[in-house]
Amino acid sequence: MNSSVLIIGCGALGRELAELKRLNNWSHVTLRCLPAELHNRPERIAPALREAIEAGRGEFGHIFVAYADCGTGGDLDRLLAEYGIERLPGAHCYEFYAGSEPFSALAGAEPGTFYLTDFLVRHFDRLVRKGLGLDRHPELMGSYFGNYRRLVYLSQVEDPTLDEKARAHAAYLGLEYHRHPCGFAPFNRAVSERIVQWRS
Amino acid sequence: MSQQPDAKQELVLADLADDELVEQVFDDLYDGLADEIAEATRILLGRGWDAKRVLDEALVGGMNIVGADFRDGILFVPEVLLAANAMKAGMAILKPILAETGAESIGKMVIGTVKGDIHDIGKNLVGMMMEGAGFEVVDLGINTHADAYIAALHEHKPDILGMSALLTTTMPYMKVVIDTLKAQGLRDDFIVLVGGAPLNEEFGKAVGANAYCRDAATAVEVAKRLIQERRAARA
Repeated sequence: MNSSVLIIGCGALGRELAELKRLNNWSHVTLRCLPAELHNRPERIAPALREAIEAGRGEFGHIFVAYADCGTGGDLDRLLAEYGIERLPGAHCYEFYAGSEPFSALAGAEPGTFYLTDFLVRHFDRLVRKGLGLDRHPELMGSYFGNYRRLVYLSQVEDPTLDEKARAHAAYLGLEYHRHPCGFAPFNRAVSERIVQWRS
Repeated sequence: MSQQPDAKQELVLADLADDELVEQVFDDLYDGLADEIAEATRILLGRGWDAKRVLDEALVGGMNIVGADFRDGILFVPEVLLAANAMKAGMAILKPILAETGAESIGKMVIGTVKGDIHDIGKNLVGMMMEGAGFEVVDLGINTHADAYIAALHEHKPDILGMSALLTTTMPYMKVVIDTLKAQGLRDDFIVLVGGAPLNEEFGKAVGANAYCRDAATAVEVAKRLIQERRAARA
């Protein structure tokens, strides 16, 4: 029985997935990541995943997908149902990093919340400032962020440098800053619960 | 010493013939050049074009190209927003003229982003394109509760209720609104259109909408068609 596991995940989770692999000593797990930029075109996530699944099927005993619904509106779930593959729970990474109930409380308290993870704090300039065209057209700030009230940094690691950067991003966007330390536990639980069933 | 000519001569919009100017409007809309769009709008009006013709042929025509290229992944959100801002610059000149002519709107729509959702870029684009197509639009804004939608329906008596959502977690609220309409015996009084990035046709049917609209141009086409069908059926 081939007990090797392929985790196909979003590039935005790459560092954290690698950390989980190390923490849990998952020598039987291989990680492959798709570009985080696919989130800008969520309709492209399922087709890209299909390619990656097809490429890995013959090689690995089991495949797990480290994506949530991620704005695919169910496309991702329909694809995974074809292959009988599971994914991370919930609507998006904010939810599985924070845990469903804590996230629901955050979102309920203020719908106008912009969330950052460690990855987004590090790559804010590329993905947000340049990705949304704000570097060339700062006049678009209102269109994008006019309805937001606060920025919540859902931190995976305790890093004062990242905290400082996240605070600066909030100031750049004109939003009130909050940090919600998540650590690795909810994410570790979400992935481990699925992986552990295949441990040889 | 004689002056060297500029390597790139500046285009003078007023020198262009009508058909060339309309083509230039398409290009300038595509490039999000609001000042140029406003100038071209004034030039066409000055040449005797009526406001409706400027709107339909130049502005809406140009935005349809933008919409098609966004759909095909050639343009992204920043370019569409800039194009929309440029179109608004032209519409700001045309709207008072259109209002003066007293032309009847082809229909009325109440639109809002659903409860718990603060995203409105798509909704705003739909509203702008629907106005461009001759609809009267009542925009309820964001985070709209069922009660607010229904109050607006009673007040404004539109043909269409439009609902928008960008989050997988908020889109189910559309069913709450539609079920509330049904419970109050109001469902058949309105055409319900839904849209937003995570939605699809299957979802639109599942929540009981008349149609799912994948983008602003589709919303206009579908709105016109469904209103025509409804009026024909009631005639």
